[in-house]
Amino acid sequence: MAKLFAVLVAFITIVSTAIFVAHTWWLPPDISVVGPSIDSQLLETMVAAGVLFVVSQFTLALFVWRVSDERKERPIRRFPGGATPLVVLATALVGIEVLALSLVGSKIWYNTFLAPVPANALKVDVQAGQFAFYFRYPGPDGTFGTPHPDKIDEGAGNFFGLDPANDIDARDDIVTAELAVPVNRPILLTMHAKDVSHSFYVPELRLQQDFVPGLVIPLHFTATQVAKTEIVCTQLCGLGHYNMKTYLEVMSAADFDKWLKDQAAQQ
Amino acid sequence: MTPKLGAPPSAARTGVWVGMGAIAMSFAAYTSAMMVRREGAPDWHHFQLPSILYVNTVILLASSVALEVGRRRVGDDYEVRRAAHRYLSLAFGLGVAFLIGQVLAWRDLAAQGLFLATNPSSAFFYVFTAAHGLHLIGGLVGLAYVLRRVRLAVGPGTYGALGAVALYWHFMDALWLYLLGVLALWL
Amino acid sequence: MTTVSTPPPVAHHHGPPTRFIQKYIFSTDHKVIGKQYLGLALVAVTTGMVLSWYMRFHLAFPDAKAPGLGLITPEQYLQLMTMHGTIMVFFVLTTAPFAGFGNFFLPIHVGAEDMPFPHFNMMSFWVTLTAFLVLVTSFVVPEGPALAGWTAYAPLSAVGSGSGPGEGLGQTLWAISIAIFCIGQLLGGLNFICTVLDMRTKGLSLARLPYVTWAWFITSVIGLIAFSVLLPACILLILDRVAGTSFFIPAGLVVNDRLLNHAGGSPLLWQHLFWFFGHPEVYIAILPGFGIISTIMPAFARKPLLGPRVLIGCMAAIGFLSYTVWGHHMFLSGMNPTSAMGFSIPTLIITIPATIATLLWIGTLYGSRYRFTTAGLFCLGFISVFVTGGLSGFFLAQPSIDTYLHATYFVVAHFHFVMAVAAIFGIFAGTYFWFPKMFGRMMNETLGKWHFALTFTGVYGVFMPMHYLGLAGNVRRYSSFPAEYMGQALPLHRWITVAALFTGAVQLIFLYNLIRSRFAGEPAPDNPWEATSLEWSTSSPPPFDNFGGRHLVVSHGPDEYAVKGPRGDYIMQADPP
Repeated sequence: MAKLFAVLVAFITIVSTAIFVAHTWWLPPDISVVGPSIDSQLLETMVAAGVLFVVSQFTLALFVWRVSDERKERPIRRFPGGATPLVVLATALVGIEVLALSLVGSKIWYNTFLAPVPANALKVDVQAGQFAFYFRYPGPDGTFGTPHPDKIDEGAGNFFGLDPANDIDARDDIVTAELAVPVNRPILLTMHAKDVSHSFYVPELRLQQDFVPGLVIPLHFTATQVAKTEIVCTQLCGLGHYNMKTYLEVMSAADFDKWLKDQAAQQ
Repeated sequence: MTPKLGAPPSAARTGVWVGMGAIAMSFAAYTSAMMVRREGAPDWHHFQLPSILYVNTVILLASSVALEVGRRRVGDDYEVRRAAHRYLSLAFGLGVAFLIGQVLAWRDLAAQGLFLATNPSSAFFYVFTAAHGLHLIGGLVGLAYVLRRVRLAVGPGTYGALGAVALYWHFMDALWLYLLGVLALWL
Repeated sequence: MTTVSTPPPVAHHHGPPTRFIQKYIFSTDHKVIGKQYLGLALVAVTTGMVLSWYMRFHLAFPDAKAPGLGLITPEQYLQLMTMHGTIMVFFVLTTAPFAGFGNFFLPIHVGAEDMPFPHFNMMSFWVTLTAFLVLVTSFVVPEGPALAGWTAYAPLSAVGSGSGPGEGLGQTLWAISIAIFCIGQLLGGLNFICTVLDMRTKGLSLARLPYVTWAWFITSVIGLIAFSVLLPACILLILDRVAGTSFFIPAGLVVNDRLLNHAGGSPLLWQHLFWFFGHPEVYIAILPGFGIISTIMPAFARKPLLGPRVLIGCMAAIGFLSYTVWGHHMFLSGMNPTSAMGFSIPTLIITIPATIATLLWIGTLYGSRYRFTTAGLFCLGFISVFVTGGLSGFFLAQPSIDTYLHATYFVVAHFHFVMAVAAIFGIFAGTYFWFPKMFGRMMNETLGKWHFALTFTGVYGVFMPMHYLGLAGNVRRYSSFPAEYMGQALPLHRWITVAALFTGAVQLIFLYNLIRSRFAGEPAPDNPWEATSLEWSTSSPPPFDNFGGRHLVVSHGPDEYAVKGPRGDYIMQADPP
């Protein structure tokens, strides 16, 4: 039984590690400015974790194998050096790794969530509600109209509760159900939730952020390639949560301008 | 059910300390909830605390004094026990008076149109005072238990139980003083 | 050969109860209460597992009719998920290793006749049972049980039935049930702490306590603080739902086409309060497992634990640090991003005591004469799965990586490995180890070994693939996967479902073993494992007052194995000096 267990541990370790290494199921290629740094952080963590995984599981299996013959008379042996080398090893190893990962990781985190937004960022207002995302572009005047929750009328297509009759800024706002952005330009999303908490997740951008009712949350990113990817909701919001999704289209600047004009005409 | 001799005195005391820790933690949670709510909301309305709260405070402090006097007087002798029992009963009565006073404070607020859901500050007022009051009722139950024990017979366990109840009761005082401060300062 | 002395303070002087109700139902005997908790946990884990089978069935075959439920709607899936998580975390992982085994063995480990407050203890069980019954009542109310997850984030959990099915009475019952549960745990924890501090028999210093007793002690302290915060949170949630307050509900919400009348509340407040409880809660779930492994391994390795003081220090450190990390569940929640780093660092640091403990167990295995009993095997299995689960935490602890992995199956893999597998393995190890003492009969070792081997394989088959799903961006809490990029994951979901149903079926071996051994197992001697702590110095099962009127004097530590003595290679704690 003991030998079987040791073999089982080794086998499971090898197979699962192999699948990780083979990238059979893996992240989609990134299309974001912060993507490469996040991916390299992930890879570094994966290598460290992978080594620890293989070494510790194999050590367990080896030690089990070595004491697996219950019938053999064997003197009891204390681990050489006792507990102290293990404490030192664990503290040093994990401590150094923690330090390194935190230093590098904090830079990436800063770039994603704390760095100031470039002045030329394209502003897009995003509203999440049960169970769809809506996006709003400010139009030629460059300013957003004020949203009024009490004026929201989904049947009439007034998802943001705008009041064009009384609010000049709202008249040229462009509301869409998909997010289109020009490539290589910073995008600043201002996120608000209509009813409950939601979240914005685009795997290819390596980006995720919750929508919190009562808060307006800024989120910026820069897409580096023309692509069409999905945006999905990742914060449980009710029965339609699994189906709350839309598309992100990264376009060339020219295509984007054309798209925006087309959308404006349809308002 | 015949009264058990009770837990070892040290365990009863430890138990009360543990309970006090838990209760303190829960009020810390309520306090932090209040602080967050206060920061986030434009609808935080300060209101005048009903003046009866200050009367109630004096009553509660008096009950603690009565409890302490009674506790120190407990002894084996019948006459001594009777005297102590009177002080302890006084403490019990003052505790009940405090609770009645709290209900009066609630009615005062209701008369001003301030109910649980009226605004966040009134909500916290009710939550804080109700939570304190509920725990005080627990203290009254303990006090009633000890009153009965003192009336019947005083054994080694009685001192322990009395000490534990007294500790809890004084903690309820301290907690109330803290809450009064919070209410006065922030509500 | 055990030494006795004059009696220390005792909890009660009356004789054993004779009436059926006092003996088996409303009993103040900590041993009965422990068994009642274990029985509740068994019912709960069976329920929770069945719920998970329905979930897995739907994920693998979204268009097929589930036996007994028909076609599972999205809201039903979420309700299954919510109840699965709630039942498992509260009524299995907090109950069995802690309230169950702890209640039975803690007083015995300290040499006491019972806990100091037996009536509070009895109440704690019945309060917990009430909480369970309130929770399962939500299955039969009109809108069904809650669907906001075991985490019940506001405003979804706070605004009421307007936000959809599953958010009516069921969610209120959820909050009431959990509030009641908190009270039960506080009553129980009170007893645990006072027993350890005040009821130890002569000679039993804190340093001589069995490691599992230390674990129960530390767990009680953690629980005291954690449940004291969850209770107010649930009360405020209930008030938001039924009394019109706005603790967690901000202004301007339009739910189901209606503008809500609430204003000024903070959804993040709920998250902070919940996770301030929630993170220590998961250490409440695993620390007894640490203690069980540390107690059982030396008995089967026939040598003392490597680094006993270090291990206790690690458990205490984990307990302390568990209060500094709760924000790692909230990196992307909208809280100030700067605080994310403040939470990430202690989260990564907590890896250190966990790593040290793991190395101590592996070091204990080294050079041992290991007896590969079922209990001993589950200890080794625990090490393997705890390593796996811990390593995935390493990824999630870093905010920049969590940006990608949050709310994916990677998180599901992580917490299932550490909780659903490691903690459960701790429970299994404890069961196989202590069953003879509790019931006076041996469990069947052959069945036990089959149970172990198949379960160990099965859990890796269920939960290892979830890491891959997470890396591919597969989102959790989805009842199905219409998003195009998730379509590739379906075959893996089918594999997981098959593995889950297989592993679930394997547990029937355990159930059969439990029941059969209870009534027809080999009679158990006092000390079948040649172990040292005080429970093995009394009969199997122990008499009503645990030691038959004797008051043991302890002269030895908890794991004096590989020591030559009259018994052979070990000395029991109550043996003469």
